[in-house]
Amino acid sequence: MDINATLLGQMLVFGILIWFSWKFIWPPLTKAIEDRQKKIAEGLAAAERGQTELQSAHGEAQVIVNAARDQAKKIVDQAHKREVEIVDEARSTAMEEGKRIVDSSRQDAAQEKSRARDELRKDVASLAVAGASRLLQREIDPKAHADLIEQLAREIEGSVAMRSTRTPGRCSTCSPRTAASTTCPRSPLISTS
Amino acid sequence: MAAAEHAAGPANSTEYITHHLTHLKVGEGFWSFHVDTIFMSVLLGIVTLGLFYTASRRATVGVPSKWQAFVEMVVEFIDTTVKEVFHLDRSFLAPLALTIFVWVFLMNAMDLLPLDLPGKVAALFGINYWRVVPTADANTTFAMSLTVLLVVLFYSFKAKGAGGYIHELFTAPFGSNPVLWIPNFVLNLVELLSKPVSLAMRLFGNMYAGELVFMLIALLGAGVFTLTVGSAFGFFGQVAMGAVWAIFHILIITLQAFIFMMLTVVYSAMATEHH
Repeated sequence: MDINATLLGQMLVFGILIWFSWKFIWPPLTKAIEDRQKKIAEGLAAAERGQTELQSAHGEAQVIVNAARDQAKKIVDQAHKREVEIVDEARSTAMEEGKRIVDSSRQDAAQEKSRARDELRKDVASLAVAGASRLLQREIDPKAHADLIEQLAREIEGSVAMRSTRTPGRCSTCSPRTAASTTCPRSPLISTS
Repeated sequence: MAAAEHAAGPANSTEYITHHLTHLKVGEGFWSFHVDTIFMSVLLGIVTLGLFYTASRRATVGVPSKWQAFVEMVVEFIDTTVKEVFHLDRSFLAPLALTIFVWVFLMNAMDLLPLDLPGKVAALFGINYWRVVPTADANTTFAMSLTVLLVVLFYSFKAKGAGGYIHELFTAPFGSNPVLWIPNFVLNLVELLSKPVSLAMRLFGNMYAGELVFMLIALLGAGVFTLTVGSAFGFFGQVAMGAVWAIFHILIITLQAFIFMMLTVVYSAMATEHH
């Protein structure tokens, strides 16, 4: 153990090292460490915040999804109801319409029928008139209708006889062939006389 | 550590050990300097603080480099240690502790260099004596412990004020009776001075003894070239014991560096406490 001036030199060296370490090494390193700690803490806090936000967003999304589901269900129900309504309405409308069409066509048919009947009646009348006139023209030839006239005459005779014996409402001579010479209340062709 | 390499050097064991324990000295009497001690400690100081300084200059808040991560680990370790003991502002004490720890550790670590290597390298430059472990020189350890004493005194004055500290020197621990002033003061003085002495002697003793044990182990294999059975045993003894002691020494150098740092912090913390 040889203590000498080396001690003073070493104290100086040690002092310089301490000073250097104190001024230039320690502060930047601790600052870097502390800044990084702060940064990590911030990062962790941000991550946690993100987590909670995510969770609340999940909840909100669930709520929205549920609401949407409810609404969709409601809409579907409504649509079903509306569908039934529309079908009913359409059915009733169609029935009404069908009834109306049937009615109108029935009316038309009736009209047509009566018109046709009228027309037919007119035609028949004219035909009867025409036929009658023909027949009447032909009658000019007595020979051709001699037997017919004779028969007619006989029938008239018979009918007169019958009329006197039977009820007057019945016409035994109602026949187109004998219509011209007789009056018959049931035949429209010659009911005019 | 192989003494065999040294075969051409010293004639016997005593000479070998004496040679290894001699400093490269300049000057006479007190005003002399151990050039090897100063050179090695300055070199190691520059190396350690330089390495730490590069990390500190390039320190980023983002992803740290591996070296920065290591330095930050050391810094954190020391900062935590200081924080646990010293409760005032540690912006000075913590870097002081860092300096002590890394510097003393590296100076101690020179003990692990092959024993004869530094001497051989020095011999290339025509230097005969070169002791490579600065902490095995009491000058270094006392220089450090006295500096620590100054720091302790600084904290005493800072925490209690000049009057308060001087008052405490005379009144603690026995009481403020004037009769007890002298005993109090003497006791406090002994307590104060025992701190640097114990600090310095502990480190110096450990390193000096460690170095000496390495030398003795190295001497075991000295006679290997005589090619006798005994010399063969000696050689294997040197290898085995050298390995064991070196591994054990890794623990010692770290532990001694840590103890020096820790005690410095503890003494500073005690200095700030009121009695």
